Amino acid sequence: MWAYLVRRLLYALPILMGVNLLTFALFFVVNTPDDMARMQLGVKRVTPEAIERWKVERGYDKPLFFNESAEGGGQLTDTVFFDKSLRMFVFDFGAADDGRDIAREIQQRMGPSLAIALPTFVLGLFVTVSFALMLVFFRATPLDFWGVVMCVAMMSISSLFYIIGGQWLISKVWHLVPISGYGGGLDAPRFLALPVVLGVIGGIGSSTRWYRTIFLEEISRDYVRTARAKGVSELTVLFRHVLKNAMIPILTGVVVVIPLLFMGSLIIESFFGIPGLGSYTIDAIQAQDFAVVRAMVFIGSVLYIVGLILTDLSYTLVDPRVRFE
Amino acid sequence: MCAAVLCGVLSGCGNAWNDPYPAAESGQNILYSAFVNRPKHFDPVQSYSEDEATFLYQIYEPPLQYHYLQRPYALIPGAAAQMPVLYRYGKDGVLLPDGAAAADVAHTVYEIRVRPGVRYQPHPAFAKDASGRPAYVPMPAAALEVATAIPDFPLVGSRELIAEDFVYQLKRLAHPRLHSPIFELMRGYIRGLSGLHEALAAAAEKAGPDAWLDLDEFVLDGVEVVDRYTYRIRVEGTYPQLSYWMTMPFFAPVPREVDRFYAQPGMAEKNLTLDWWPVGTGPYMLVENDPNARMVLARNPNYRGETYPCEAGDDDVAAGMVADCGKAIPFIDRAVFSREKEGIPYWNKFLQGYYDASGLSSDNFDQAVQMGGEGEVGLSDEMRAQGIELITSVSPTVMYLGFNMLDPVVGGTSEAARKLRLALSIAIDEEEFISVFLNGRGSPAMHPVPPGIFGHEPGEAGINPMVYDWINGAPVRKSVDVARKLLAEAGYPGGRDVNTGAPLVIHLDTTSSGMGQKSYVNWLTKQLRKIDLQLVVRDSDWNRLQDKLRKGNAQMFFLGWNADYPDPENFYFLLYGPQGRVATQGENASNYQNAEFDRLFEAMKVMSNGPERLSIIRKMNRILQHDAPWIWGFHQKAFVLQHGWLKNRKPGAIVRNTLKYQRIDTVQRSEKRLAWNRPVIWPLGLMAGLLVLMIWPMVRRYRQHERQTVRVADAAEG
Repeated sequence: MWAYLVRRLLYALPILMGVNLLTFALFFVVNTPDDMARMQLGVKRVTPEAIERWKVERGYDKPLFFNESAEGGGQLTDTVFFDKSLRMFVFDFGAADDGRDIAREIQQRMGPSLAIALPTFVLGLFVTVSFALMLVFFRATPLDFWGVVMCVAMMSISSLFYIIGGQWLISKVWHLVPISGYGGGLDAPRFLALPVVLGVIGGIGSSTRWYRTIFLEEISRDYVRTARAKGVSELTVLFRHVLKNAMIPILTGVVVVIPLLFMGSLIIESFFGIPGLGSYTIDAIQAQDFAVVRAMVFIGSVLYIVGLILTDLSYTLVDPRVRFE
Repeated sequence: MCAAVLCGVLSGCGNAWNDPYPAAESGQNILYSAFVNRPKHFDPVQSYSEDEATFLYQIYEPPLQYHYLQRPYALIPGAAAQMPVLYRYGKDGVLLPDGAAAADVAHTVYEIRVRPGVRYQPHPAFAKDASGRPAYVPMPAAALEVATAIPDFPLVGSRELIAEDFVYQLKRLAHPRLHSPIFELMRGYIRGLSGLHEALAAAAEKAGPDAWLDLDEFVLDGVEVVDRYTYRIRVEGTYPQLSYWMTMPFFAPVPREVDRFYAQPGMAEKNLTLDWWPVGTGPYMLVENDPNARMVLARNPNYRGETYPCEAGDDDVAAGMVADCGKAIPFIDRAVFSREKEGIPYWNKFLQGYYDASGLSSDNFDQAVQMGGEGEVGLSDEMRAQGIELITSVSPTVMYLGFNMLDPVVGGTSEAARKLRLALSIAIDEEEFISVFLNGRGSPAMHPVPPGIFGHEPGEAGINPMVYDWINGAPVRKSVDVARKLLAEAGYPGGRDVNTGAPLVIHLDTTSSGMGQKSYVNWLTKQLRKIDLQLVVRDSDWNRLQDKLRKGNAQMFFLGWNADYPDPENFYFLLYGPQGRVATQGENASNYQNAEFDRLFEAMKVMSNGPERLSIIRKMNRILQHDAPWIWGFHQKAFVLQHGWLKNRKPGAIVRNTLKYQRIDTVQRSEKRLAWNRPVIWPLGLMAGLLVLMIWPMVRRYRQHERQTVRVADAAEG
């Protein structure tokens, strides 16, 4: 297994380099260092001298990819790309364009992001798997039919509708929880309840349909018939046998997402005023802060790769036939 | 949700369940407000945006400030003991008498006397140990390790404000690492600023990127400390607008100890910088700085003390704005600013009483405001029932459609191009735009200067005679026929080039986006179609537009300007020739150049307000209205809503240190909040009941399924 892990990690390096290169190229296709300077220096009374000084100070005065005025290896290393990329591979993200330390920001914002994403993920998984199993139990009945109709309807509705509708009904009309905001400690559940509930509801439609399809495929297998023939109750059949054997496709979709929970949710964080990493990324894109955008994309890529490796590892736990060879 | 409700019950003892604030804050003298964009800079030498001004103007006290109630805006002393004393000197160094012609003045000296006894907010930079030495310089490793914010330092101190602190800050304007946005402007006036900048740049390069530069070791020729409480600023020629700049944090005091404290190794990595944790002598100090979630200002215990103003206009007296005349300010103990990136939660929290005041967006306009038959503005019944008040004011802004005067079609000084610009100015109906897109929140502009600023004249004298006629006591836009005639005279009869027959296409560059953009483009296209012209809108982001303007590639563009200070110079300089964007990267985005206008501008700029200045401004307006380098657009009207419990809130975008004047009736607020936010619990019971009703048949069905025999099941499935 260790050899497999080392191999996968080595594969990750060129992927990360590629992602970094692509992020860099895409960012600087639409933004120039002059644009970035202007965003930071403001819109009033910005002089070309001030822009030049800003660029020199932050190393954006060099050529992007190839430095013709340098010699030898310096033609590649004395560039913005090389300068900005090298430190990132040792997770040194440096400072944002407004001077704030990026690692510190990430550290502070990870908590609020996880506070929303983790319960939404766990609760959502529990609700959707249970609901899908229930539909499978009542398969070919009106309950199953209307359940699927409900799922299709729910997945057709924009997540914004759930958020705005939920805020209106629960917070504005019923006055049960704050409409937005964030608090730590014992105060946190009051702020997290609504976004978590809405996050779960928003995911019910698509996830339930997906799990239902997987479970329906499993329930027609021979081992299920055998279990029933042995007199095993339907609940045991579903939760012990069908669920366990459907784990591979479930894990494929679920485990890869777990590390990405750190990255936060863009829309929910924005509407509920949660100071997480999702809103950090959006703010950085709006402010054309390349240092932050690059760091967040890099972390996202690393987490995605970690998620894929974890997914592979999880296969061995649920299916003894899978081996790393 | 149940957990949340439970928490609400547990935490809420006396508080509404949806109260977003800690129960401990209940009933306290705290102002609750919101901010949308996170502030970028709190360093007074860098900060130049409204997002930051909300906080910074409450923390720093510059030498001067604006009178809170007086209009037109009037300057009064802030940290200064009195208004600056001006000494004007001629070319031979002789002191000139008051009223000397500006052309004779070689330099002007502003002598500013600082109030004695003013003290800084408590801060670790001033803390001393038992031996009387600075407690945190050098920074003990243990102290830095545990500190994540300035309030984490256990020892704090203070000291008296002295003249040297103002001089130190003026030197910071030239600091090469600080990128002060007004450095380029001020280096043209304050003697020695350029030299200091070069000296600091050389020293910074020699010392390394993180080394601290002790500005006391550098000389700034144009600034001088006279004694402990007096300093002088020497300005080349004469620059009356300097007094206005003295109301801004650029000119606020920064003590050397604070600069030294923040420059220590390891501080910047923890965001412990002056750009993050300001240190001032103002009425408030920043005690919580989380620009992602909330910012908290608390009363500065060392504030010098000030009283609420008594001089006010009749309207303010009638509105009860002087009820607190002579009382000690500030009234409010803390101000909590929460970040609201989305309009819906912001608006709803205001309606629930959790924000004391709110702006008014187009989305909520119809809910909040109703227009009378004659266009008068009033609150809707719903708002009035809640005791909400509406405050309107004309913002010191101008939003305009500019022509690039370097463009071969619409630009230049030819009569044809001028008539084309005038035809467009008449055809684009600003009154309709204000009505349709701004819900009436604006007034058409006749020239760059907005109402409330010297040079703006109401009535017939103030109209743009090129675009309006004065009929029955009101300005009436000239007819489309006039525009068509002008267009024909410009060489485009029926919207076609008289020589080639090709249709004339006008290109507009804009950065506006969002839901209203398509409607806006359609409306604008319709306006031009009235005179048979075609419009192509090139939507781009802010940087692309700026790029086009710098290179002179835009034909027509939509821009705006928000006044720095209430002086006509701050608007007319947008059309001053030497400020041309393409030639000098200045603020004259139209690249307009008119020698007579420039000459008048230079004369007007250095004059005091009075009949002579007004006469020059009238001439300037006539030139501008004749040349039409802009379609004058509109001046925005600010609509602000506030709850009845918030007192003494006077609109006026120029006055930014407003927090200290405001007062809250906390008892009324607590009562209203509870009354408006009683939890509605029955839907939870209903939902629980429905859930049981849904689950019960399923359980029954499951039991039946488990109990039925194979034969029955087969029959059922068969």
